Amino acid sequence: MSGNHPGLSNNFIRSGEKFEWSKENLNEIKKIISKYPKERKQSAVMPLLYLAQEQNKNWVSIECIETIAETLQMPKIRVTEVASFYSMYNSQPVGKNLIQVCRTSPCWLRGSDKITDTICKETKCGINETSEDNLFTVVEVECLGACSNGPMIQINNDFYEDLDQESTKKIIENIKNNIPNKIGSQKGRKSSENA
Amino acid sequence: MLSAQDKIFQNLHGFDDAFLEGAKKRGSWSNTKEILTKSQNDVIELVKSSQLRGRGGAGFSTGLKWSFMPKDTGKQHYLVVNADESEPGTCKDREIIRNDPHTLIEGCLIASYAIQATKCYIYIRGEYHYEYVQLEKAIAEAYDNNLIGKNACGSGYNFDLYVHRGAGAYICGEETALLESLEGKKGQPRLKPPFPAGAGLYGMPTTINNVESIAVVPTILRRGPDWFKSIGAENNTGTKVFCISGNVNNPCTVEEEMGIPLKELIEKHAGGVDGGWNNLKAIIPGGSSTPMLSKDVCETVLMNFDDLRANGSGLGTAGVIVVNKNHDITQVIERFAHFYKHESCGQCTPCREGTGWMFRMMQKLVRGEISPEQLELLENVTKQIEGHTICALGDAAAWPIQGLIKNFKPELLKKYNEKRKAS
Repeated sequence: MSGNHPGLSNNFIRSGEKFEWSKENLNEIKKIISKYPKERKQSAVMPLLYLAQEQNKNWVSIECIETIAETLQMPKIRVTEVASFYSMYNSQPVGKNLIQVCRTSPCWLRGSDKITDTICKETKCGINETSEDNLFTVVEVECLGACSNGPMIQINNDFYEDLDQESTKKIIENIKNNIPNKIGSQKGRKSSENA
Repeated sequence: MLSAQDKIFQNLHGFDDAFLEGAKKRGSWSNTKEILTKSQNDVIELVKSSQLRGRGGAGFSTGLKWSFMPKDTGKQHYLVVNADESEPGTCKDREIIRNDPHTLIEGCLIASYAIQATKCYIYIRGEYHYEYVQLEKAIAEAYDNNLIGKNACGSGYNFDLYVHRGAGAYICGEETALLESLEGKKGQPRLKPPFPAGAGLYGMPTTINNVESIAVVPTILRRGPDWFKSIGAENNTGTKVFCISGNVNNPCTVEEEMGIPLKELIEKHAGGVDGGWNNLKAIIPGGSSTPMLSKDVCETVLMNFDDLRANGSGLGTAGVIVVNKNHDITQVIERFAHFYKHESCGQCTPCREGTGWMFRMMQKLVRGEISPEQLELLENVTKQIEGHTICALGDAAAWPIQGLIKNFKPELLKKYNEKRKAS
């Protein structure tokens, strides 16, 4: 069934801290709501969940849900329902780098299992686990839509494509050493051209 | 082979400027105002006569779909563009959005004009963050240059375009689930009727089209439906963006003539099958939901709607997944079964329960633990799921397994016998 990442819990929890929109986000919310008809504020629930997640260190707490419900004048359960239906809203704290490894057949045919192994080894965390230093969370996910560039992973917002074990290892090492990674193809392709 | 000047997406791979200046050089926005002087009915008729069929999977006539929209209702009409590209094997809209976004934006304006929609939402999958940023940038450019917005292109037509991000649910690629999601709800498909043309987004008349279907429209109107029809075959016209993934030497995305032979597509553009053509096991021609084709069918089949259907499969999204003999084909389908289990929205019992059951059976099949009787039961259950759910996800989960059994039954039974002997 739809829901959070396979393995990650679908139960939202309290952070114990009050969640209030930042000033910038209050402005952003006005812009978002204006995209939808006046009497259809509820349409803004998904973008607002993203905003809350971003402001709340990449996860959505019950406090976030309550604030969104208040902002959009929606029952809390309606916001929770949406938050738990879609896999990209994290119901619990995640590491600074959320690594999602595509496991679906097109990537698997090109060795995604080895990529998962390499990542688990290099980050020292199992699937659905967060590393002790809180630097990484590793999850396996379904098709991310970059099949001509498989195997591939997503780290936070960015895609890393055309991977092999060596380039995967390098990406993790760079993160550990605070060296920025080049996003996209790791084999020097511009996009998905024949090369 | 499609000639370079017949390619609609001149910047599919992003080697040139993706934004307005580059897009104008490629011909986008050159005579949009003139196109918008045609009557709405004329635009629809032109698209109809080009025989453009929807590029999202179902292959329904785009022009005909537009003609279902009611006229002069006084209600707010909507165009909704489905950019939720989530079908495994498919990554074509991604290239259009990030590298040639103005083809899509211009298409949105023209299509919206044709169906009397003054508002359009593009629903893009949440994982496409970079693509979303590119698209927003291109839309801002279009607004700044009065190409869209009030009096778009000086045509007198007012048009607003918004982007809405999904958040990781395959089911939202189903058009009514997408509408639910846009309305701020769980993405669970609606019963039809009412069809979206009658009551769609917010209950208003709505047309939902795939990115590629919309992005080819400006070029069709610019170069004429006859040009479009001159490419491909009757009722299977035009160019098509194919994505090739899996066991090929050079996986890639490429725009080609609709109906290019599958073998030619693989050999010419993807560097051939990994290990050579004789190492080919099977090909899934149109994204994970389409049944696989055996090697002998792959020798001759044409990549268009009708020929693939005649061969027991479909063009779907044209996401071509190649499997060679180094891989266990049952595992490929088992992974898909896991995918559908995860992505079922849970609304209909046959799909909610069936996808989980089929996945567990597929796990057994991989291990060689399915007897001939159980295999028959599995096939039977796939047919009980097919056609008994609100949306096509149930069908989509059933077809890959049916395709596997159809093509490789003796092999599956052999697996069982070997396992039994061994234990």
